[in-house]
Amino acid sequence: MATPAQDRKLRDPALNPGDQPYFDACAEGKLLIKKCGDCGEVHHYPRALCPFCFSSKVDWMQTKGTGVIYTYSVTRRGGPVPYCIAYVTLDEGPKMMTNIVDCDLDSIKVGQKVKVVFKKTENGSSVPMFTPA
Amino acid sequence: MSIKGKAYIVGAYEHPLRKAPNHSVSQLHAECAKGALEDAGLTKNDIDGYFCAGDAPGANVWSMANYMNLKQLKHVDSTDMGGCSYLVHVAHAAEAIAAGKCNVALVTLAGRPNSEGSSGTQVRDRGVNLPDAPFEMPYSPVTVNLYAMCAMRHMYEYGTTSEQLAWVKVAASHHAQHNPNAMLRNLVTVEEVVNSPMISDPLHRLDCCVVSDGGGAVIVAKPEIARSLKRPLVKITGAGESTKGQMGGNVDLTYSGAAWTGPRSFEMAGCKPSDIKYASIYDSFTITVVMQIEDLGFCKKGEGGKFVSDGNLISGTGKLPFNTDGGGLCNNHPANRGGMTKILEAVRQLRGEAHPAVQVKNCNLALAHGTGGALGHRHGSATLIMERE
Repeated sequence: MATPAQDRKLRDPALNPGDQPYFDACAEGKLLIKKCGDCGEVHHYPRALCPFCFSSKVDWMQTKGTGVIYTYSVTRRGGPVPYCIAYVTLDEGPKMMTNIVDCDLDSIKVGQKVKVVFKKTENGSSVPMFTPA
Repeated sequence: MSIKGKAYIVGAYEHPLRKAPNHSVSQLHAECAKGALEDAGLTKNDIDGYFCAGDAPGANVWSMANYMNLKQLKHVDSTDMGGCSYLVHVAHAAEAIAAGKCNVALVTLAGRPNSEGSSGTQVRDRGVNLPDAPFEMPYSPVTVNLYAMCAMRHMYEYGTTSEQLAWVKVAASHHAQHNPNAMLRNLVTVEEVVNSPMISDPLHRLDCCVVSDGGGAVIVAKPEIARSLKRPLVKITGAGESTKGQMGGNVDLTYSGAAWTGPRSFEMAGCKPSDIKYASIYDSFTITVVMQIEDLGFCKKGEGGKFVSDGNLISGTGKLPFNTDGGGLCNNHPANRGGMTKILEAVRQLRGEAHPAVQVKNCNLALAHGTGGALGHRHGSATLIMERE
């Protein structure tokens, strides 16, 4: 049995002030996280204050766009098509919520290596998703 | 300030309806309040503290206080912790009573998700200004897949199986068969659970709770008032509340906030998990129960699947009788918030008023635990320990 990943309509991210650079980078094929200039920790989702030391000296940092699947679930009911939600542990450390795409959804495994791809939302924003590396 | 022994649950009421298309939500709240007052032997004018959460119309206290015409309230609290709000409210009511801010507190919950067509596979609109939304909503997180991701990781780390999760539902169904108001009263087997349709891997349809209309209410009162009433005395002895999230990206879905609220509650109450005769454990999904049983200390982390197997949660045969009303999995999950019904069945057990087929013998110490939000990203946790005096 196989469940091929299918494209589906993606909700547009409702941006808050400060979020635009992340999605601008996505449009250029880059996945950013934030790094603290004081404590050196990286974090995701991006914030204006470091969630570890509360420093405001946080800057964008480009990731390699690679990681491993921490956990996932293929949602088979409710939506127009099955889809796979997941947390991916980036090689830089943070785990991010995402979708696993462009593969047989029945073949996905915890611990699997993945790489970033970018998918367009309904109104043309780019959002990062992952596919088996 | 410890709230141990400072307040009692004197009234409790669960609305009998599970589908109420012709009731307004405010009517359901008020009917629950009326039922709890009658149960306690008190009247509306005795209430001087009122607690409700986001399910109350307007998500504030004044709309329902106005509908019920509650006069001269001295203490109000609209803390919203999702499904566990009502456990938090009981603890906050005990604190307010201990501080002399009120004497008789009413807590209400009601909603109509069944009539309104709510489902755990729907992407819910979560409001504006949420910092996480742009980084999550494009991926369609829904209630069931957020818990499914916890289950998938639990299986990976600890070898938990679908059959073990199914035992949670089997135990709930054993209890629900005796509850005439339960939404699902049929006994189910492990095979029926694991063969029910897959909703979101690894959670099947029968791993998921019901979607029901209805509600419930409790009355919390100071000791002098509790002793003047004719009902059995249910004393609040321990409580804990917390939240857990994604920790800046250091996500760990193997445990819940119960790992913090459980120990604090036991310390306040001066007892330990093995002393508990009955436990109400939030059962939005079967995995929710397994994780929280571990986090509360009823077994070691990772051994929850084994612990719940072979009927260990069934009253009369198992070591930890749980959710003897049938829980959210079979009985009721009004307003998609199961914390109130967790308190109500614990109160029934402590009073000796549970159904005779599921009543725990000499039930003098009970725990109720709830979650709000979703274990897969952000959630609230609340624990309550109660003792029959």
